Amino acid sequence: MIDKKTIEHIAKLARLEITEAEANEYSQQLGKALSHFEQISKINTEGIEPLVTPTEIEEFWREDIAKQEFSPEDMTANAPSKAGNLFKVPPVV
Amino acid sequence: MELINASIIEIAEAVKTKKASAKEVATFFMKRAENLNPKLNAYTSFNKQAIQDAEAIDARIAKGEDVGVMAGVPFGIKEMFCTKGITTNAGSKILQNFVPPYDATVVARLKKAGIVITGKLNQDEFAMGSSNETSFFGATKNPWNLECVPGGSSGGSAAAQAARMCAGTLGTDTGGSIRQPASFCGIVGVKPTYGRVSRYGIIAYASSLDQAGPMVSTVKDAALTLEVISGHDERDSTTSQRKVPTYSKDLSTNVKGMKIGLIKEYMHGGLHADVQKTVDQAISTLKSMGAEFVEVSVPMTEFAVPVYYLVAASEASSNLARYDGVKYGYRAEFANLSAVDLEDFYGKTRGEGFGKEVKRRIMLGTYCLSSGYYDAYYNKAGQVRRLIMNQYRDAFKKCDVILSPVTTSPAFKIGERVSDPLTMYLNDIFTTSTNLAGLPGMSVPFGMSADGLPIGVQLTGAHFDEQKMLNVGCALEGASSVKGKTPNV
Amino acid sequence: MYRGYEAVIGIEIHVQLNTESKIFCSDSTQFNAGDNENTSPVSVGMPGTLPVMNKRAVEFAIKTGLALGCHIRKKSVFARKNYFYPDLPKGYQISQYDQPICEHGSITFKVGEQSKTIKITRAHLEEDAGKSNHLGDFTMINYNRAGIPLLEVVTGPDLRTPQEAAEYGRTIRQIVRYLGVCDGNLEEGSMRCDCNVSIRKVGDERLGTRTELKNINSFRFVEKAIEYEIERQIDLVERGEKVIQETRLWDPDKNKTFTMRSKEEAQDYRYFPDPDLLPLVVSDELINRMKSELPELPIARKNRFVSAHALPESDAEVLTTEKDLADFYEETAIVSKNFKGAANWIMTELLRELNSNNLEIRASPIKPMQLGQLITMIDKGTISGKIAKSVFPEMWKTGKDPEVIVKEKGLVQVSDPAAVEKIVDEILAANVSQVVDYKSGKKNLFGFFVGAAMKASKGQANPDLVNQILQKKLNG
Repeated sequence: MIDKKTIEHIAKLARLEITEAEANEYSQQLGKALSHFEQISKINTEGIEPLVTPTEIEEFWREDIAKQEFSPEDMTANAPSKAGNLFKVPPVV
Repeated sequence: MELINASIIEIAEAVKTKKASAKEVATFFMKRAENLNPKLNAYTSFNKQAIQDAEAIDARIAKGEDVGVMAGVPFGIKEMFCTKGITTNAGSKILQNFVPPYDATVVARLKKAGIVITGKLNQDEFAMGSSNETSFFGATKNPWNLECVPGGSSGGSAAAQAARMCAGTLGTDTGGSIRQPASFCGIVGVKPTYGRVSRYGIIAYASSLDQAGPMVSTVKDAALTLEVISGHDERDSTTSQRKVPTYSKDLSTNVKGMKIGLIKEYMHGGLHADVQKTVDQAISTLKSMGAEFVEVSVPMTEFAVPVYYLVAASEASSNLARYDGVKYGYRAEFANLSAVDLEDFYGKTRGEGFGKEVKRRIMLGTYCLSSGYYDAYYNKAGQVRRLIMNQYRDAFKKCDVILSPVTTSPAFKIGERVSDPLTMYLNDIFTTSTNLAGLPGMSVPFGMSADGLPIGVQLTGAHFDEQKMLNVGCALEGASSVKGKTPNV
Repeated sequence: MYRGYEAVIGIEIHVQLNTESKIFCSDSTQFNAGDNENTSPVSVGMPGTLPVMNKRAVEFAIKTGLALGCHIRKKSVFARKNYFYPDLPKGYQISQYDQPICEHGSITFKVGEQSKTIKITRAHLEEDAGKSNHLGDFTMINYNRAGIPLLEVVTGPDLRTPQEAAEYGRTIRQIVRYLGVCDGNLEEGSMRCDCNVSIRKVGDERLGTRTELKNINSFRFVEKAIEYEIERQIDLVERGEKVIQETRLWDPDKNKTFTMRSKEEAQDYRYFPDPDLLPLVVSDELINRMKSELPELPIARKNRFVSAHALPESDAEVLTTEKDLADFYEETAIVSKNFKGAANWIMTELLRELNSNNLEIRASPIKPMQLGQLITMIDKGTISGKIAKSVFPEMWKTGKDPEVIVKEKGLVQVSDPAAVEKIVDEILAANVSQVVDYKSGKKNLFGFFVGAAMKASKGQANPDLVNQILQKKLNG
């Protein structure tokens, strides 16, 4: 069980509005999952560098050349709300 | 050549040599797909332009143009792949109406090779699931038994291919999402080495684990598809610059002298009897072909599932932050937008737009990355991940390919495991370590359960050594007792 | 100075690198593009898009790091900084966290007469966010700026006064302009200065709670904002209250800082290495190449002008404010072989014209070669300094070489003694009574004869020669 306050804090960090019922459910389920994860704590990983991407590192950098492949209309075509070619959102403080 | 059983290679050959037109091929598969879909719910949308696209290919062939090695082949594309001008929703309400102005690189490569897109295929929401039950667009049914799941997250791809609603499909695999549904539906599914295939335009679930791959009916088709989609992409920094081998041309069923590894830690039993039988049969078949079996040890696989879920959920919690109702996708309804608090704007949109499993994993991932927990969870998982990869590397010093089950049991019933996420997660016990180590893996149909459900055998190769893996797969395919068997839909 | 308290100041400067394309995608970085014109699926954070590193951004970062005396990390890592804001398309910013590309540097500069050395803790690469504009009841988002490369330069808490802070900022600005990696425009936002300010009692070793000051768009305001904040914090502490760790904005109209966040929550950014970008591995070869491409830095150049050109420090200071100006000066000096001459002409005549016409030195209609030529002509006696002053505006107006103008206008100084003698004879012959007066004691009439000779020669007679010959004829 993860306590309710923590669940609310995590939901806020993740910007997920959850109901009371959902909060209780997550509290249980997350608790279970995390207990399951806890088993890795007993593994000896001293001096081991974490693996982030399982690939060989090959340098690939782009040349600094500007390209125009899309129009502003293309980019805003899927906007839920827009004004001209600007994305429209609630007023931000 | 009967279209219903034709391979990708056969269709392409027929279309190129004008023995069949792309139009008639497309028409056949589109009709079949449209007829079967109400039963299976494998497709989420059909390509309205499919017949015109096919006609265009015929026109180019008539002019003498080379349209590519997959000329006129009808392909279904998992919702996870961005397809220009065609709705791409990742199985989610939050992307319900998203129409990308770009193709995923792999889609573009297949189009260049001449495919005709039949439509988009159903999947678990954001690829989070092993049964296709978390899709916003409803569950997909297993063509072999409509009461069973097709597997997931590429359930739509597996079902569509098994029911021959197209000639080839693309899936994605983050923890087994190609291999497991391929096994449940009796088709061939290949996950390439991490970095072999571009992820550009593939909606990200877990960046360091996702890979795209073919879900098709034969190993040779898989090899050809892999050739077409593989290779360096300058839009994806994680792709390898290694040259792409001619997998299909070099395909061989000769496994004489090959060393096949069996992971000691997987041999504790606990498998469904029919799965055990299938695996045993595969071993004896390969032995009879001259392959040698060696025992290898990868003890860290014991922790593959928790490490996988920890890493995947963490990366996903960040990858899914962009779905915020600002630039595209779903936005919650607000009576007066100008009076909405920003936090509520995000909270309501994401709370309503995402399904339960997705929200669960976002919460989990956020927690594991949060201040105070990062070291014990995310960072620790990364360390264990390296141990897993190192142990696999050592194992591959002793063998060429590793053989193992895909899952502990055949396809389960719809609704059977949804209530307890953890049980669902433990499904992935044999597939997740492959993604963690970045290795290539595949599932080949080899057996069947007593109640007529397909059972696949998993092969895992060393980094960038797909050829050996495909060869063993090809050998098994040829000797399979279920070869040629199709579901009665 | 501060009522027994000491101010501890650290500065974070965001330098917008002026590459052609963005840091992780090929969108143009051109200023003044239309709404969302400089965007693409990557910079709008569309599904499935991925970042790819811009080579030039890496080069600029290394150059800047080297200029700041930093150690360049062979392997640095990109990390995701996760938070939600409409101008952040992906819901995270790609930045660098615990393994930045540059670290452990330092910079020395002058504050008045004092020399001050500041530690540069780190400099790291990251992407800029989009822009929000308030329009009526809503906010409009433009992602043109999203993805422009930034180099964030962070100092240690080594500054002690607002003046030091402002001078530090000016020094960084000068350096990045010298390197050509940024135009350092605070007002337009190509360089942004955030100041961390705290106070403590003099002698106290511990650091006080600090506030972060943002929205400061000039160095003058840097000084004012920090000054205000120091006093504000001291007032608080003297009243027995605590300084709250928060972000404060500078209000240039009210001349005060005010709190930005209404809620006090510390943000949890959940940094983790970005799996889409492999670690940035930089070779010795690249670092050495960048080192060799570094221009002479402003302070070193100034010192060289003083020691090798014998210029006064104040002249050298002015001439090295901008690299273009220093280049112009040096080229002129080389052509004319006259350091002080070049310095004077540039600092007086040229800068005056440039300023009143609002032109950058690059746009000067007079080229170094031409100015150098003018100075040489004076030094050789081809024209007088006075004539040169009239040639200069002609050069400015027409862009022609001084030699051409002098020839066209027949301004060549008359230095032929015979010719000058002829003019002097004519003057003396035409002014007999003045000659008599001079010879009988009115020595101040000498100037009259000089003036008359210059006038008769339209100013072209070599004044020294006129003097010489007059002396001989009148006195000799």
